[in-house]
Amino acid sequence: MQLEVSGIGLSYGDTRVLRDVSLVLDSGEQALLLGASGSGKSSLLNVICGLQTPDSGTVTLGDQPVHDGVRKAHIGIIFQTLRLVSALNVRANLLLAQRLANGVQNAAKVDETLEQLGINHRAKARPFELSQGEAQRAAIARALVVSPKLLIADEPTSALDKGNTKVVAEMLIEAARSAGASLLIATHDDRLTSQFGRTLMLENGKVTG
Amino acid sequence: MISLALAYLRDRPLTTALNVLLLAISVAMLVLLLQFGEQARERLERDAAGVDLVVGAKGSPLQLILSSIFHIDQPTGNIPHNSLDRLRSNPAVSRVVPLALGDNFRGFRIVGTDATFAQSYSLELAEGAQFDGPMQAVIGSRVAEETGAQLGQRFIGNHGFANGNGDGQGHDHAPFETVGILAPSGTVADRLILTSVESVWDVHGISHDHLEEDQESHDHDNGETTNASAPQSHIPSLEPDLTALLVTYRNASAAIRVPAMVNRLTEMQAAVPAIETARLLELLDASIEGIRVFAWLLAATGGLAIFVALLNMARGREGDLALLRVMGASPIQVFATVILEGVIAAAVGAVAGWIGAHALIGIVRSQFATLTDLGLTAWAPVSGEAFLILAVIAIGALAALIPAAQVYRIDPARVLARS
Ligand SMILES: Nc1ncnc2c1ncn2[C@@H]1O[C@H](COP(=O)(O)OP(=O)(O)OP(=O)(O)O)[C@@H](O)[C@H]1O
Ligand SMILES: [Mg+2]
Repeated sequence: MQLEVSGIGLSYGDTRVLRDVSLVLDSGEQALLLGASGSGKSSLLNVICGLQTPDSGTVTLGDQPVHDGVRKAHIGIIFQTLRLVSALNVRANLLLAQRLANGVQNAAKVDETLEQLGINHRAKARPFELSQGEAQRAAIARALVVSPKLLIADEPTSALDKGNTKVVAEMLIEAARSAGASLLIATHDDRLTSQFGRTLMLENGKVTG
Repeated sequence: MISLALAYLRDRPLTTALNVLLLAISVAMLVLLLQFGEQARERLERDAAGVDLVVGAKGSPLQLILSSIFHIDQPTGNIPHNSLDRLRSNPAVSRVVPLALGDNFRGFRIVGTDATFAQSYSLELAEGAQFDGPMQAVIGSRVAEETGAQLGQRFIGNHGFANGNGDGQGHDHAPFETVGILAPSGTVADRLILTSVESVWDVHGISHDHLEEDQESHDHDNGETTNASAPQSHIPSLEPDLTALLVTYRNASAAIRVPAMVNRLTEMQAAVPAIETARLLELLDASIEGIRVFAWLLAATGGLAIFVALLNMARGREGDLALLRVMGASPIQVFATVILEGVIAAAVGAVAGWIGAHALIGIVRSQFATLTDLGLTAWAPVSGEAFLILAVIAIGALAALIPAAQVYRIDPARVLARS
């Protein structure tokens, strides 16, 4: 599914964060959204997945305007810190994600995804028992089990050390590729650029590249 | 969503346990009160059913009712035997049951009476026959159960009303013979031993030959017995006296004339069971009311504890809830999770309290026979209990309402921006 963002404008009070953001991400395409801290990356991602309503502009995924239902069914999201529901173990988190996304659980897919991300041995662990790297991999698994068409990650590596950063980025790229999903990663860490074919720059409320 | 609510409850076991415990205790108290009030009321009404008036020696009317209907207090004294015939000859009276009390067998009261007693309580025999000859006795179902007495078994009465086994006061010279066992009736008769009035006199060595001759005659005159009303019947009277009479009216006008007649013409007193029972229940209700208010306050505290716990949770779990929303949960679903938590905690508390209360009644009942005497049964839920459990669950839902509303308003984007 193609993601098309056009003419997004967003202000918090008098502060204009996004001025006129437009971008297109083809089906299966992978891109890095690079911008300084406070440049509006998180705001833009929120708008893209329908969590925030922009002042102007439109977002469509596969020619459909994005809203709660579209996000639920087609978009997998990974945040920097909010990874898993704290009361449930890793496996239960994944099953819950599936149920919320499309009403059914697919345990085989859950186990396969845990295996793919190399955390099947931690399936029964509660979120607070996981290391940073494990938690981030679990969050990626959570986003993947719903078979998304678009995978969005907001600073997925900022809590990780250098080694883990590279591993997790590789994982995201590989997972998105094998799932046939487009991938958009927001970060201020320009070390990741080498792993991506396309880099978008967010500056002064506009996206270039 | 239920599994999620359960997971959250399990996630803070101490708080949950405390909330559940608070509600369980209050529900247990309320169930106990309901049970006690209801069963006591039922029992009082069942035992007094069919008896419009009790005639006995002067004294406290409540004591007279307690001793002659509920068989739990000392009698007020004795009344002359001819009073029975006098009342029976009254056209406004349909039935008079004579009672001659004074002895017990292993704590079960021996009641000297006649065939009208069984009529009055609609008693039926499970085995054997009615008492007929001298020293024959019919025992209540619980008496048979607890003493293991069987047909043909002989037993010796002890003087007084408490269990007096081995205190040397047994009437060894006059053993009773069990000729019948009553079917359970749910009345005080289950715990009584019925025999003839004459047998009770025989035990105490009271001569009654001259009475037996004209048993059926209504106009015999026995001057010796009319003035013999001893203040306490456990001092054996040497006269062929009775302890009390249970009177059933033939018509409504009797309610005015018969008590007036008894009180005016004799040195006996007439007590109305309905009035004394009502007075008893009033006393009972007043004390129950006080505890009930306390128990509901406790339930409210339980609700408040759930409220505070959920409010804290709503704040501490904002991130989780925002994530749920991002994953596709609707605001209603998130709202429902919180309500469910309150409802589940309250329901577990209510059910635990309910089971606890009934188990407690069962345990206490098996330990103390007096409670069984009062008619407390363990697993007989009364209608108020369903309401009680629902009310407590409603408290849980109500306590969850404000935290749930807060959670409902969560804006995931804002929470994400903050974290
Ligand atoms: N809810 C809000 N209300 C007011 N201002 C906000 C809100 N959310 C974000 N902002 C402001 O908007 C600007 C962009 O924030 P945003 O979180 O989108 O940036 P970011 O590029 O994700 O930054 P970072 O790299 O630090 O995560 C910041 O200046 C921030 O202070
Ligand atoms: Mg950000």
